[in-house]
Amino acid sequence: MVDKRASLDEIVAELRPGMTVGFGGWGSRRKPMAVVRAILRAGIGDLTVVSYGGPDVGLLCAAGLVKKVVYGFVTLDSIALDPHFRAARQQGTIGAMEVDEGMFYLGLLAASQRVPFLPTRAGLGSDVMAVNPELRTVTSPYADGEELVAMPALVLDAAFVHLNRADTHGNGQILGPDPFFDELFLGAATRRFVTAEKIVAPGALLDEGPIQTVTINRLLTDAVAEVRLGAHFTSCPPDYDRDEAFQKQYAGSGADADAWKVFSARYLEVDEPGYQAAVRETTEQAARAKAAQ
Amino acid sequence: MTEPAVDVTRAEVVAVACAEAWRGDGEIVASPFGTIPAIGARLARLTFAPDLVLTDGEAALMANTPSVSSARSDFVLEAWLPYRRVFDVVWSGRRHVMMMATQVDRFGNQNISCIGDWARPKTQLIGVRGAPGNTINHTTSYWVPSHSPRSFVEHVDMVGGVGYDRAAAAGPAATRFHEIRVVISNLGVFDFATPDHAMRLRSHHPGVTVADVVAATGFELVIPPDVADTRLPDPEELELIREVLDPRRLRDKELPA
Repeated sequence: MVDKRASLDEIVAELRPGMTVGFGGWGSRRKPMAVVRAILRAGIGDLTVVSYGGPDVGLLCAAGLVKKVVYGFVTLDSIALDPHFRAARQQGTIGAMEVDEGMFYLGLLAASQRVPFLPTRAGLGSDVMAVNPELRTVTSPYADGEELVAMPALVLDAAFVHLNRADTHGNGQILGPDPFFDELFLGAATRRFVTAEKIVAPGALLDEGPIQTVTINRLLTDAVAEVRLGAHFTSCPPDYDRDEAFQKQYAGSGADADAWKVFSARYLEVDEPGYQAAVRETTEQAARAKAAQ
Repeated sequence: MTEPAVDVTRAEVVAVACAEAWRGDGEIVASPFGTIPAIGARLARLTFAPDLVLTDGEAALMANTPSVSSARSDFVLEAWLPYRRVFDVVWSGRRHVMMMATQVDRFGNQNISCIGDWARPKTQLIGVRGAPGNTINHTTSYWVPSHSPRSFVEHVDMVGGVGYDRAAAAGPAATRFHEIRVVISNLGVFDFATPDHAMRLRSHHPGVTVADVVAATGFELVIPPDVADTRLPDPEELELIREVLDPRRLRDKELPA
């Protein structure tokens, strides 16, 4: 069988400017952040970003790589709002499709099932219908005759998720409490990419957790890359929690252009090992400063 | 009859008002946003609404009713409810959410999306989140910690949570399961029990006058002839709030005395 292992750079090399790309996770939880950093390094722009938005959206906006964001919210969880997404919206530098987060789910599900839309009540009467003039309603063909929102399929050119474990054939395992919508992001995409904290031999995922935790099967994946701390600074339980101190630094990088330059030079204009080394150094400095107090 | 405690804080009054929002709801998920609504939902479950279902704020339902400052290790979980399954609950109607509102208007439309024109907002907020789907599928209430003409507005800048006028205009599929039950602010409790579902002052919190409420509201409220004070916690409720549900007084951070 096919060995789907690839490097981060090989995966990102498949992206082209102008693509519609989806990122798994939720807010500042289990985001494929190493992939986001690799996209920043490659400078692939003009992207339509589809996400239960967190710092993935913010970083891509800050780097000027975003044409449009499709979202129900963008948040850092412990910090309510992402400064870079806010700035991009307020300066009018990005387009936006803002929908109810359940509509968003149905859009991914419709794409996964290859149907043009799925009906829902969500959205009726709200300004989501006004600010997205392309949205349509559909009348039930049955006796009830109800008029419902026809949430269009959110079809993706590429999707990225970060998981706790995967095997070399592309089966994926989520050991944390919530699989979020990762399976549907992969299902909605033409090219499907998984990064994982650890890649094991086929069949060995059951040594890591019960079969119900292997929610991503290899029908849904094209390539897998092992990237330790690949979700940093977002949370990836049970492997690690969110790095709150680092997230504060990230949020601070939205203060002004200089703050972003400093953050970007230290953490983003380096390769992934360089990023991880810079993070370790920052953490150790903070620990030393605390010990000295 | 026990004399009401004289030192009851506004936050404690509001916690009881929040609890009252879920009275009679039976076996549904109570989803509170904010500290005081969280105290309220737990108080309701420990007193008059024992069948309420509470989440752990992550991906599970919680069998016990710990304090709002409890560590996760204190939670006893009873069932799995990841985000994807939350929508099954929302769309089945077995939920009553108390969301927050940056803006709320006369007919209960709510906004947490942005201030100014959506196309290029003056201030981008979090986004509509689940408000459109919540309001159209199950009972929704709101908690507004800072009641002012900027939060209680004639028209919200972006309708996320759907109010009575907008639901009616969207037709029977929109009104079928729609209910905005109450809006609770730091000044009072409001409902929509009027012929045209315009917002009505149900009660003002002790120490607040009708004039205070009117001055802080950016639209014309329906004011019934006799408006009572919001009820005080009874001794059992006060003890539960202070000793069991919020011993570290997080409520005072959300609503300073």
